[in-house]
Amino acid sequence: MKMLVRLVLLVLVLLFGHALAEPGYPPVLEGRTLVFPKDGGAHPDFRTEWWYVTGWMTDEKGVERGFQVTFFRVRTLIGEGNPSRFAPTQLVLAHAALADPGEGRLLHAERSARALDPLAGATVGNTRVWLDDWSLTYEDGAYHTHIATDEFTLALEMVAPGPPLLNGRDGFSQKAPDPLNASFYYSRPQLQVNGNLRMNGQELNVSGHAWMDHEWSSEILPEGATGWDWVGINLNDGGSLMGFQMRGLDGKPIWASGTLRSASGEITILEPDDITFTAGRRWESARSGVEYPVEWRISVGDRAFEVRPLMDDQELDSRRSTGAIYWEGAVRLLEQGVESGRGYLEMTGYAERLQM
Amino acid sequence: MTRALVRIFLASLLHRRLATALSLVAIALGVALGLTVQLIHAAALDEFGRGMRLLSGEADLQVIGPRGGFDEEVYFALAQRGEVAWASPIVELDARLPDHEDSLKLFGIDIFRVAAVSPNLMPVVDRSADTDERATLVPLREDAIFLSAAARARLGLNAGDTLAVQSGLREQSLTLRGGVPGAGMGQAIGVMDIAAAQRVFGRIGKLSRIDLRLKAGVDRELARLALAASVPAGVSVLAPEAAESQAANLSRAYRVNLTMLAAIALLTGGFLVFSTQVLAVVRRRQEFAFLRALGLSRRALFGGLLAEGATLGLIGGLLGVGFAYVLTALAFRFVGGDLGAGYFAGVSPTLRFEPLLSGVYLLLGGLAGLAGAWLPAREAASMLTARALRAGDETRVFEARSRTGLAIAALVLAALLCLAPPVGEIPVFGYAAVLLILVGAVLLMPGAVRVCMRLFARGHSLTLRLAHARLAAMPGQTVVAGAGVVASVALAVSMAIMVSSFRDSVDDWLARVLPADLYLRASSSTASGYLDPEALAVVSGLAGVEKVQAVRFDSVRLADERVATTLIARPMRGTAGLPLVSGTLEPALAAGQGDPVWISEAMADLQGLTTGDRLDLPIAGRMQRFMVAGVWRDYARQHGAVVIERDDYVRLSGDPLINDLAIELTPGVAVEPVMTALREAFGARTIELALPGEIRAISLRIFDRTFLVTYLMEAVAVLIGLFGIGTTFAALSASRRKEFGMLRHLGVLRSQVIRLIALEGALTAGVGLSVGMGAGGAIAWILIAVINRQSFHWSMDISVPAGALVLFGLALVALAGLTAALAGRQAMRQSAVLAVREDW
Repeated sequence: MKMLVRLVLLVLVLLFGHALAEPGYPPVLEGRTLVFPKDGGAHPDFRTEWWYVTGWMTDEKGVERGFQVTFFRVRTLIGEGNPSRFAPTQLVLAHAALADPGEGRLLHAERSARALDPLAGATVGNTRVWLDDWSLTYEDGAYHTHIATDEFTLALEMVAPGPPLLNGRDGFSQKAPDPLNASFYYSRPQLQVNGNLRMNGQELNVSGHAWMDHEWSSEILPEGATGWDWVGINLNDGGSLMGFQMRGLDGKPIWASGTLRSASGEITILEPDDITFTAGRRWESARSGVEYPVEWRISVGDRAFEVRPLMDDQELDSRRSTGAIYWEGAVRLLEQGVESGRGYLEMTGYAERLQM
Repeated sequence: MTRALVRIFLASLLHRRLATALSLVAIALGVALGLTVQLIHAAALDEFGRGMRLLSGEADLQVIGPRGGFDEEVYFALAQRGEVAWASPIVELDARLPDHEDSLKLFGIDIFRVAAVSPNLMPVVDRSADTDERATLVPLREDAIFLSAAARARLGLNAGDTLAVQSGLREQSLTLRGGVPGAGMGQAIGVMDIAAAQRVFGRIGKLSRIDLRLKAGVDRELARLALAASVPAGVSVLAPEAAESQAANLSRAYRVNLTMLAAIALLTGGFLVFSTQVLAVVRRRQEFAFLRALGLSRRALFGGLLAEGATLGLIGGLLGVGFAYVLTALAFRFVGGDLGAGYFAGVSPTLRFEPLLSGVYLLLGGLAGLAGAWLPAREAASMLTARALRAGDETRVFEARSRTGLAIAALVLAALLCLAPPVGEIPVFGYAAVLLILVGAVLLMPGAVRVCMRLFARGHSLTLRLAHARLAAMPGQTVVAGAGVVASVALAVSMAIMVSSFRDSVDDWLARVLPADLYLRASSSTASGYLDPEALAVVSGLAGVEKVQAVRFDSVRLADERVATTLIARPMRGTAGLPLVSGTLEPALAAGQGDPVWISEAMADLQGLTTGDRLDLPIAGRMQRFMVAGVWRDYARQHGAVVIERDDYVRLSGDPLINDLAIELTPGVAVEPVMTALREAFGARTIELALPGEIRAISLRIFDRTFLVTYLMEAVAVLIGLFGIGTTFAALSASRRKEFGMLRHLGVLRSQVIRLIALEGALTAGVGLSVGMGAGGAIAWILIAVINRQSFHWSMDISVPAGALVLFGLALVALAGLTAALAGRQAMRQSAVLAVREDW
């Protein structure tokens, strides 16, 4: 069976290779074993890669805020033969957002640069991505991030309690019925957050739980897809839930997948039939006019989860760096009306078809 | 002033229309020329500054180095400094375009860094020519170029078109992918990715500029000093305004020179008002005496006459201001914004109303009128009413006292002023000396008339004796009529001598700096074409080529505040060398004294250096020791140039590239076959060949264009001087009707009277001419040895265009005679009987 799949894949690559992955980018093929900490570093041959940290933190006064720190790496296939240090072969893009219910909207900032040591880059071999004074690194079992924007400064240490959680089939995460649309994808749930946040002239000690996703691929959005909905939730019992669905042009799901880890460490890989997303209450952004379903019901097997936002307005306009406008925000997870976890919800493609 | 007085004074201007009109024209021309110079310059400077500001954007500081660029490590170091919020690296160059005459100013930018500092350089993709989904990456492409609207229009390109650029001797094709909407109107620039620019133009590892934005709360000057201390030698950290003021400084001397010429035109206009007012006062002497007898106060008379002059001046000024705007518009259309001097290349300024400047010049016109009317008004107000009521009193006006003592004092003071140094690089005292010489020359006129009349005393012809008698008795008449001539002749003669000296010196200089038979280059030294040692070997190996000298141009920054100094690396020992004014081509230097450097006169002046001094130059980021082996004359680079041996340069910088090759042919070999061989070897599109004769012709053409404005002003000044003679003699003839009537009664023929007037005119002009020539010679010396030397730091050999001056003098005397005769004929229309009766 596996041989047959490989053969079909080969034929497909030969036939449609151009359409699926541009020449020069390696395809994402099943069977690669992810090795850590090596695979925590960059994979510069692939077209896109991201390190995506989301989480909740509470300050000394008990105020709860969501935060998001993301670094993207893009291989451009431009200037690869150029001896100039400025050759834009790899780009680094970053954005950071703070969801503070007191503000009523996301505070966010974004940056982009060509990878150019010592100013910006993504290191191969271990997690270290940086852009000027923004950074995310992994060292001795903990991630460190530093973000300074005009509105807030964030310096966090995030200790990982366990090994990386491989999504999909050993880290090979299929994004559509066609297995050519896939990425390598692992998550680091239940990160213990400690650090400080400076905003409005105050220096706050914060603590909480975060989630780190690291994903790399040469082709992200499958043909016929408009966008995706994704959740990454740290469950209160110590478990975690990751789930996503790809939506087709008609808005109906064309693919869904997920990873559920129980408090005892038992991992369930969710196939398209195992997880269903049902959109609930909608909220319209006054800035962009885009409407997002900010509440969801997610069914996993016989369990039903309700997703509720920390606040409605968590829309992110990063058209200047990644070119996308989307909703990405802190959410609570309810099970039978009781809060059972906290995490982040990402919804893309509601404004227009996502362009990476 | 009451209505009656208005009628008495101002209306009188209407009665002598010709004289009034000529005075108006003179003042209007003076005002117009002066204001035009200012307007053109203000607009050009403004546009230049706006362009600089647009391109430097919101930068707090700019890091700049020599023309060849500096090490990009400077960027990595500065970008990580605590004071710096944003650093935007830029590769700036003039790209040679094989398909076009002009080169293109091109900026290689990091699109991710430029937006925060210099958003005006942001390229914007034209999507109509690109359907690729990943259009966001288009500006990074190696073959993508973005052109401002002005550049697109100038090159005639549309999105998707290709543009060939030249680097070294190679051509590379770029594709127009969009625009640079932030560029200013008329700013022809191109933008491409910094990595692509580094690669295409052979500048790997080099930057030309870094724009910095500092973090909030950082003191700019402190940060500037701290950053400047951390960059290599020859790299400067400057506030962006510094570059603007450097441009202003560069052209200031030229602008002040032109302004002074215009001021002299205005001064001549003032003299003309003086002449007409003196004569008007003379003619109306009895009228004024009558008014005084009727009770008009001295003050009212004085005020009324001043009002006449001021009105004349203001109307002339108003006309002049209007005319200035017309002239400026014409100049922008036909000459360009740089007054032909090339200070603001690529700038296309627009005409704007400048209320302050216009007001100042209008006022200057009024002042010229007022000043011209002052002495005649004082004279009229001080007359004795009873005596003035009688006929013939007006002759008193012309009994000019000798002022020789005062004149000599003025001239001595002028000589002393010539010794004073410039103030802020403006030869203020030199200009004061010029003014004093003019004043001294006018004051010398009565004495000069007496001396000249003594020379003519032995004549036998009736008219000559009559003319002699009149002029000797009334030297004031000559002063009044000739003052304008003195001023304008002095101006014209001094400019003629200065320009001729300058032109001859430049011609001689060109011959000495262009000793070879043929010159080869890939582009102008500032643009992106260059030659390499392989090209040199190819040229050396060609049949018929005897010797090849390689020249490299770069620039060095000696101090933060100064404009970059041109660095020329060429063979010196054993060559025809340079037009040295001091020092030697073959210095014997002891070990440890460094390599020899030959500095231009400007460099010697600006840095206070002379032969034998030590001079440290930053070469390739390091300070190197040199010793001044000689000073040479350089008319090409006003802000200084240094020459070093090319072998020394290559050794110190490791830069083997070449801008120009000077080719000497084997004696007897024709130049054309060698030129053909060179074109075949390198491609006719990528190299430029020039014969020294052509370069000389082009240089002299540029020289003549630069002095076109000067020639025009000279012509205007002489014209105004002639107007002076015309109006004076018209008025004099009118007031001397009685005298002429008497002569006619005594049997003198009408034609003899006209000849008499013509002779007087010619003699007057002759005296004015001699004094003016003398003054002109002195002013020419000041222009050459003081004003030019202090403004532009170059010396020249004095060369007097004797033939032209003699011709000019003869023509002026003849024209003056003719003008006077015409004026006299007008006055002689009346019958002799009537004229005599008028007196009684």
